[in-house]
Amino acid sequence: MEWIMAIAVGTLFMIGIYLILTKSLLRVILGTSLLTHGVHLLLLTMAGLKRGDAPVLGGGSGAYADPLPQALILTSIVISFGVTALYFVLAYRAYQTRGTDEIDGSDAEGKEADS
Amino acid sequence: MLHVLILIPFLWAALIPLMRALPRIHPGWAVLPVPALLFAYLLSRIPAVSGGESEFVSLPWMPDLGIDLSLTLDGWSLLFALLITGIGSLVVWYSMFYMGKSSESIRHFYVYLLMFMGAMLGVVLSDNLMVLYAFWELTSIASFLLIAFWYRRERSRYGALKSMLITVFGGLAMFAGFNLLYGMTGTYSIREIAAQAADLSGQSLFLPAMILVLLGAFTKSAQFPFHIWLPDAMEAPTPVSAYLHSATMVKAGLYLVARMSPIFAGGSEWFWIVSLTGLITLLYGSFKAIRQTDLKALLAYSTISQLGLIMSLLGVGSAAAFYDDPARAAFFGLATTAAVFHLINHAVFKGSLFMVVGIVDHEANTRDLRKLGGLMKLMPVTFAIALIGSFSMAGLPPLSGFLSKEMFFTAMVNIWEFDAAGAQSWMLLLPIVAWVASVFTFVYSMILVFKTFGGRVKADKLDKLPHEASAGLLAAPILLVSLAVVFALIPNALASALIDPATAAIRGNGLTAETAHVSIHFWHGWTPELFMTLGVVLLGILLYRTYTRFSLLDREWSGRDTLNRAYNGGLSLLENGGRRATDLYMTGSVRRYLIYILLFLAVSLCGTLLLSPNIRLGMDDYAPITFYEVAMVIVMLAAAAAVPFARSRVNAILFTGAVGYMVTGLFLVFRAPDLALTQMIVETVSVILFLLCFKFLPKLKREKEKPVFKWTNLIVAGGVGVTMTLVALAAMGSSPFEPISEYFLRESYESAGGKNVVNVILVDFRGFDTLFEIMVLGIASLGIYGLIKLGVKTNPNGGQAAGSSSGRSGFPLVSNDVILRTMSRVIVLIIIAFSLYLFFAGHNDPGGGFIAALMTAAALILLAVSFGMDTVRRVIRVNYRILTAIGLSIAILTGTGSFVFGVPFLSHAFGHFHLPILGDTELATAVLFDLGVYLAVVGVVMNIIFTIKGED
Repeated sequence: MEWIMAIAVGTLFMIGIYLILTKSLLRVILGTSLLTHGVHLLLLTMAGLKRGDAPVLGGGSGAYADPLPQALILTSIVISFGVTALYFVLAYRAYQTRGTDEIDGSDAEGKEADS
Repeated sequence: MLHVLILIPFLWAALIPLMRALPRIHPGWAVLPVPALLFAYLLSRIPAVSGGESEFVSLPWMPDLGIDLSLTLDGWSLLFALLITGIGSLVVWYSMFYMGKSSESIRHFYVYLLMFMGAMLGVVLSDNLMVLYAFWELTSIASFLLIAFWYRRERSRYGALKSMLITVFGGLAMFAGFNLLYGMTGTYSIREIAAQAADLSGQSLFLPAMILVLLGAFTKSAQFPFHIWLPDAMEAPTPVSAYLHSATMVKAGLYLVARMSPIFAGGSEWFWIVSLTGLITLLYGSFKAIRQTDLKALLAYSTISQLGLIMSLLGVGSAAAFYDDPARAAFFGLATTAAVFHLINHAVFKGSLFMVVGIVDHEANTRDLRKLGGLMKLMPVTFAIALIGSFSMAGLPPLSGFLSKEMFFTAMVNIWEFDAAGAQSWMLLLPIVAWVASVFTFVYSMILVFKTFGGRVKADKLDKLPHEASAGLLAAPILLVSLAVVFALIPNALASALIDPATAAIRGNGLTAETAHVSIHFWHGWTPELFMTLGVVLLGILLYRTYTRFSLLDREWSGRDTLNRAYNGGLSLLENGGRRATDLYMTGSVRRYLIYILLFLAVSLCGTLLLSPNIRLGMDDYAPITFYEVAMVIVMLAAAAAVPFARSRVNAILFTGAVGYMVTGLFLVFRAPDLALTQMIVETVSVILFLLCFKFLPKLKREKEKPVFKWTNLIVAGGVGVTMTLVALAAMGSSPFEPISEYFLRESYESAGGKNVVNVILVDFRGFDTLFEIMVLGIASLGIYGLIKLGVKTNPNGGQAAGSSSGRSGFPLVSNDVILRTMSRVIVLIIIAFSLYLFFAGHNDPGGGFIAALMTAAALILLAVSFGMDTVRRVIRVNYRILTAIGLSIAILTGTGSFVFGVPFLSHAFGHFHLPILGDTELATAVLFDLGVYLAVVGVVMNIIFTIKGED
C-alpha cells in the first residue's frame, strides 16, 4: 500500500505545483490546497500505514499507529484552512486593486497609477 | 589598568554629544584631557618597562573559542601607546584652532577621533589575535568616518570608500592568516604562538599564514601596490591626516610586522617579502612625491615612502634571527633599532609638517605648489618649523632624522654580509635602491619647504595675502619639531628609555633592553654611510635645481595612474557585473522565483538521496493493498487531475473538495480518526468559503499560454512530484533513529491523563506549538478582517465595480428551501450538542478542541445558509474577534497558571473528581487549555466567514 500512497503523494505534489505555477490566482489557491493534501498524506505515509490501532489507548491489541504525524497533520489542516482563507481574500483584494487576477499581469501598471 | 586605558576613550566618546549643552565652549577642550592623561600615565610606565618588566592582564571573554581580552604592555606596545596618546593630544589641541566650534559636526569629529584612539590603543595592547583583529577593523571604520568627514564632497566619499575597501580586504586576509596560525598552534595568544615559533616554520601552512598576515599589514601601512588609498585619504581634515594617516594608523601595519617578527622571522621568505616590499614602496613613494603639486599629496606619497623605509628596515632586521652568535645577531639587528628610531622620528617630523601644511592651507586658502611661494617673510615661524621638519625628513644634521637615516644606510650596507637567505649578489641592490630613494627624499623635502616658502609671493594667484598663524595653531607643530632637535641631542637617553625596550620586544630571543642596546652617535668616522649622505646631498641639490627639465620627474597633472585606473575599473566592473548578473535571474516574476526554489528543492533532495549510501528505498514490510483503498486513491487522483482542466470556477472548487473528502476517507482507513473528523469538517467549511469567495474573482479563463510555458511548468512540477515520491519511499526504507512516538504512547495516560494520544500531544506535550498555532490563526483572521474592512477604497469605476457587480449576480448564500430551514433548526442543535460531546470526549476518545470548534462553526454556518447571515448575526450577538481574544487569553492564562505551582509554562495537572450528576469524572487542566483552543478556533472561523460574507 505504501508505494501506491507514495505515487499518489507525488502526483498530488505535481498537480499542486503545476497549478501554483499558472497565472490565474484561483488556480494558484486551489494548487496550494492540493499541495497541502499531498503533504498530509506524505507525513502519514512516512510513519508507515496500518501498523496498529488508532492511537486511542485502551483498545485491544496494544499496537498503535504513530500518533506524532497525526498531531502534526491535525495542526496543519487547521492552519492551512486559515491560510487558504487569507489567500482568497488577498486574491480578491489584488483583483480589486489591479483589475486582473493574473500574477505578473501586464495590464496592472495602468490601473495602479490611477488608484 | 590596561583595560581601563582602552575603555576610557570609548566611554568619553559617548559623553561628547552632551557638549551640545555648552555651545560656547569648543568640544576639543572636553576631549583634550583624555589623551593627555593617558599620555602622562604611560610616561610614568617607562621606567618599569625599560627595566624589563612587562605587564600582562587577561579577562575571559569567549574562553571556549580561545578568545580572551588579554592585554600586554611591553616596550614595543608602550612606544606605540605613547605615540597614539602623545600625538593625539597635540592633534586635539591643533584641531581646536583649526576647526571652528560652530559647526554641528564638530562633535561627531571628536567622537570618531576618540573611537579611533581607543581602537588603536586596543590594537597595540592586545595579545590575543582575535581581539587585535577586532580593534584593527575598528580603526579602519574610524578612518572611514574621518576621511568622509566632509561627506558632501564627492572626493571625500570616494577616498573614504577606497581606504575602507582596501584596508578591510587586507584585514580579512589577515583574519584568515590568524586562523591558520590558530590551526597550527591551538592558541590565539601572540606570546604563546611565538613560544612555539620553532615548530612552526616547517609546516605547510606557515607560508600561507605569513602571506595573509602580511597582506593585512601591507594594506594598512599603504605598501606598494596597496598604497593607492592613502593619497585619496588626504580628503580628510588635516588634523586627521596628521594623526591617522601619518603618525599612527598607517603604522599599525609596521606594528603588526614587528609584532609578528618573533613568529615569522627566520624564514627567508619573510626577509625577502618584507624588505623588498618596503624598498619598492620607499623608491616608488619618494619618486611620486616629487611629481605632486598638492602639498598634502606630496606628504601622502612621502608618508608612503617613509613607511616603506621602516618596513624594509624591519625586513632587513629579521636577518638577525638567522644567527645564534650574539655579535652577528646584533650586527644585523641594528636595522630593527633603526626602524624603531625612524618610526619615532617620522611621527615627529611628519606630524609637524602636516600641521604646517594645514596652517598654510588655512592662511593662504590653497595647498597648490604652483600658487604658493615666498611665504618665508609672511610666516617666519611656520617657515622655521617647516625647515626643521623637512631637513629632518631629508636626513640632514644636526636633526634626529639624520641619525636614523645614517643607521638606515648602515643597516643596508651591513646586509651585504648576510649569507643565510641565498642570492647574495642581489644584496648589492638593497643599498643602491635605498640610496636612490634617499636622493628623491631629499629632493621632495626641499620642494616642500622652498617651493612654499622660498622665491617670491605670487599674490596674483592667491585669494588673500597670508599672514602668520595664531599662537595656538603654531604651538603643536613647534612642540613636535623641537622634539626633532631634542632627540638629536639626547639620542642615547631616548634609546635606553624607548628604543631599546621596543627593539628587544621585536627581536625576541630573550633579549632585554640592555642586551639590545645600540649607542647612537653623530660621528662614526669616514664610513661608507657618511659618503652616501654626502652623495645624497650633492646629487639632491643638483636634481632639485634641474628636475623640472626631466619630463619623467615633472608635474603630473591628472593624478590618476595605472593602479588607480585598475582600482576604479575593477570597482565599476564589480558593480556593473553584479547588477547585470542579478538582473539575469531577478526578473521580478514570482513564477520564476518559485521555479528556482522548486528546482533547487528537487535537485538537492534527489542528489542527497543518490549520494547518501545509508538511504535506501524500503520495499519490505508494506501494508497489504485492499480494493477500497485503491479505489479511493484513484478517485482522489482523478479528481485532482481534473482541477487544471476545469472550465468553470464551481467545477474546479468541487473537484478540489472531492480530493479533500477522499483524503478524509484515507485518514479513516489509515487509523487516524481525529484527522478524518477534522478534515471532513474543514473540507465542508472550505467549500462554503470557496463558494463565498469565488464570486469576487473573475471567471476562469482557459490557459492561453505558450506551450513552452506549460511544458516548463509540467517538467518542474513533475520533477518535484517524482522527488517527493522518492522521499516518501526513502523515509519508510530507512530510519536512522528510533521514533519518539513510543514515548508519547507510553506517557500519554501516565503523565497526562488522556487516552487519545493525538489530542494529548496537541494540548499537553506540544501545547506550546498549539498555543502558537491558534495565535497564527487569530492573526490570519484579523488579517482577513483588515484586508476587507480597512482595505483602501479603490477607484470607483475600475476594480471596485468589477467586484460588486459580479457580487450581485453571484452565488446567493441563502436557501429558499423550506425543508432545509425547518430541518436545520433541529439539526443545528444536534450538531452543537455533538460538538460539545467531541470537546469533552476529546481527551480520551477522538475529538478535542479543534474538531469541536470546527463542528460548532459548521453548525453556525448551516444556520447562516438556511436563514441568511444577517438573521444569524442578529440572533447570535457575538463579536467573534473578541471571542478569539477570549480563547487565546484562556489558553495563555492556563499556561501561566503553571507558574503559580512553580512548574514550567503550560504544565498540566489532572485528577479525579466526584461531580453531582456525572459521578466520578476525570478532569485535567488540559481541558481548560482546550477550551481556549475551542473558543479561539470558533471565533476565527466565524470571523472569516462573516467578514467575507459581509462584503456584499
